[in-house]
Amino acid sequence: MKFTVKAWSKGGGRAGLLQVGSCSIETPALLLNTRKGLPAFISPDLLSSLPTPDSRLLQFSPLHFSEGISLKTISELGGLHQMLGLHEHVFAAVPRDSTISLPDYQSSNKMGASFETPCGRLLIKPLQYMEMISSMKPNMWATLADEVPAWVSEKRNKASVDRTTGGAVFGSIVGGSKIEERKRCAKEVAERNVSGFCLGGFGLGESMDEHPSLLGAITEILPEDKPRQICGLGLPEEVLQGVAAGIDLFDSTYIYHLTLGGFALTFPLEEIRRHGYGDQLSDTGRDGSKINLKATIYRKDTSPILEGCKCYTCQNHTKAYINHLLNVHEMLAQILLEMYVPSFLPIAVALFPGLVILTRNSCHFSSHNTHHYLGFFRVIREAIKGGTFEEFRQNFVETRRDHILAAALSA
Amino acid sequence: MLGIESVTAETSAPLTNPKPPPPKFNLRLAAAAAGAKVQAAAGVKILGRFNRARAAQLTLPHFVCQTPLFMPVGTQGTIKGLTTSQLEEIGCQIILGNTYHLALRPTSELIDELGGLHNFMNWPRALLTDSGGFQMVSLLHLADITEKGVTFQSPVDGKPMLLTPEESIQIQNRIGADIIMALDDVVKTTITGPRIEEAMYRTLRWIDRCIAGNCPVTHTWKLDDTYLLVKDICVKGLVERDLPGYAIGGLAGGEDKDSFWRVVAQCTAALPEDKPRYVMGVGYPLDIVVCSALGADMYDCVYPTRTARFGTALIPEGVLKLKHQAMANDTRPIDPTCECMVCKNYSRAYIHCLVTKDAMGSQLLSYHNLFYMMKLSRDLHSSIVDGRFPHSRMEMSHNGFAMLWRKKNKTNLGTSNSEAGYCKIDTIRGVKESDVITSVNGVSIFNEPEACAVLGKDRRVNWNEGFEIGSS
Repeated sequence: MKFTVKAWSKGGGRAGLLQVGSCSIETPALLLNTRKGLPAFISPDLLSSLPTPDSRLLQFSPLHFSEGISLKTISELGGLHQMLGLHEHVFAAVPRDSTISLPDYQSSNKMGASFETPCGRLLIKPLQYMEMISSMKPNMWATLADEVPAWVSEKRNKASVDRTTGGAVFGSIVGGSKIEERKRCAKEVAERNVSGFCLGGFGLGESMDEHPSLLGAITEILPEDKPRQICGLGLPEEVLQGVAAGIDLFDSTYIYHLTLGGFALTFPLEEIRRHGYGDQLSDTGRDGSKINLKATIYRKDTSPILEGCKCYTCQNHTKAYINHLLNVHEMLAQILLEMYVPSFLPIAVALFPGLVILTRNSCHFSSHNTHHYLGFFRVIREAIKGGTFEEFRQNFVETRRDHILAAALSA
Repeated sequence: MLGIESVTAETSAPLTNPKPPPPKFNLRLAAAAAGAKVQAAAGVKILGRFNRARAAQLTLPHFVCQTPLFMPVGTQGTIKGLTTSQLEEIGCQIILGNTYHLALRPTSELIDELGGLHNFMNWPRALLTDSGGFQMVSLLHLADITEKGVTFQSPVDGKPMLLTPEESIQIQNRIGADIIMALDDVVKTTITGPRIEEAMYRTLRWIDRCIAGNCPVTHTWKLDDTYLLVKDICVKGLVERDLPGYAIGGLAGGEDKDSFWRVVAQCTAALPEDKPRYVMGVGYPLDIVVCSALGADMYDCVYPTRTARFGTALIPEGVLKLKHQAMANDTRPIDPTCECMVCKNYSRAYIHCLVTKDAMGSQLLSYHNLFYMMKLSRDLHSSIVDGRFPHSRMEMSHNGFAMLWRKKNKTNLGTSNSEAGYCKIDTIRGVKESDVITSVNGVSIFNEPEACAVLGKDRRVNWNEGFEIGSS
């Protein structure tokens, strides 16, 4: 794996290039969330209709495979890439993801890390985790984040582990919301022979206001030439906070939850960049009120979710059809949405909470949302390269605040 | 909503002909009317035959189809878990939509306004809709059939409503399918007695109403029942009306296999050669092979997609239950001979860990199962066209997960276990090639005088005597 920073923004954000597996991925980048290695609803043949190489970066949790398939079988199959038929893709292993395996810090102890999963509470020991990584062979993997000192002090384990897995190791940095603990952990992990860093312990209910100081404190200490990944920051403002603090890779289940909750985004990314958000508002005269695709106003709407969007869903289907699918609870709605939501949600929610489309069982949304969320990251990268990131971020956040206020007042 | 008419009103008159024909059964008059008013059917062009089996080309407004073919059921305007592009990729030619469900949501008027179901779902190939009668009778409380039509309680507000044959045609025309079905008097296959006869004659009268009403019918079909004597009259009556195509229905409801075959054989023998024959509700691969051997062309069933959602895959040997614990370590694909995306990329072990827990499991299995059914259709078509008899691979799967052939008892088997209704061929001894009607996917159907027989293990069986299944 190779990482180079290509451009800087004033505040500390950076645009870079991550070369891993057979992919060259520009950062800041999004890791697509998966369940057992595949997206929740987008089947592998449809996955290829998403933009590449952006959509080739996949997150997974080894704990997804705690039941149903043995490590021996996974090894026999040749590891994840073979098992999933996704040979060109990059897999990043993270022990935790908040849909299936929630870290349970109370129960974690020196023996291992504890997770709540559908199979019950699992206590994963470092050695077990290493066995999982060895048989799955991801391109990148984050170390098990528990009581860091216990793990970090095992220099021998670390070295032997690097040899057996071949994947790039990302040292996990935890420490909760205490800045001092975080700094201490970051210092120790920074000295380790790791390829990158994975900031854990975010998105667990802490307030967003705590992020900048925590993130800044951590990234200050970390070497600049190694990529930083974070789990649990999904909202657009959170992503922007992370980018500003110098984070390169983002993994969150936000898209998955949004798809399940039935959200779809329609904010045109091109116009955000060109006109800025204020202009956008007045140009279209939108008032930011909620668009609910289940609502009867969409029953006969033969336009796509978003005019000009190149995703599969928008190229092939209408709001009216998706409205119908949602009303009759058909799986196809979620498939079409997942390809759409994730690429879009952050920007739209931040910008126009009213543009979030609330629907249940929104299968078709799947493909549209991912497409848009990936688009959001592209816009961020270009802003950094163009030196306009700080401005972009400020506009974005302010407009969202105005909207929330407006929506609250008109409610 | 469906046929909005209260039961107390008179039957609404068709649009152009104010007087519906008198409910008297008059074949000759009806036949003349039929000839004049029904649009010329697209018809079938037979491309190849083997004994009674036919491979044909069926030309429809949206697509030129090759038969025999299987039609997946897209009840509410979607095949569960698959996009229209995936359906095209696997070779799906016609999809079935359920009139009852679509008329409820989003309503046939809305579909019409948005340009028809093809536009609504963005499906460029062919569509078929049923009349809505069967679903109403099976899904609704207090649905009843009178001379006017099917009376039922509105699922929305409980008001009494009526679906007439004319209204059913109008709803289907709004939906805009390539093939539509005439409303029939739906009778449970287990019913006996004069009700059958009543149903048969009423169905014919209803067909006449459809025809006489000059509804712009693209294809009209009839439904049938399982009672042979009455059926002869019905078949004759319908053939005389020179309808664009014929459906054989009422067979998917629990009758035993012996009756099933007999009915299909008798119907196909009596139906005209140049019209398509559609056997409704048939989806087990073996049933499709048998019916094709007997001269049927089209099939539909929810079975392949429904069974996928329960974790069951269709394979040449029968079925594979991916939920089973032993699948957890099986690194083979579901079917090593299958060319689909699922079998080329995934192992049984991985699918096992997905099924029933992740939506992706259902999606992948639905994809595979429909791929299997499309391939079955293509293989049937080409093997008949080529005049090939691929002598059956002697497949005896003993891995414990294919459905084992069970000894048939003489009582009704029910349709939940079709594999138990047929024999597998282990060896063919002393049988001449000319005896073979067709041999596809491991099943050979042999021609016996006056009947079809399926060979059991070293046993020749005449279906008039019933048959035993060889144990595996």
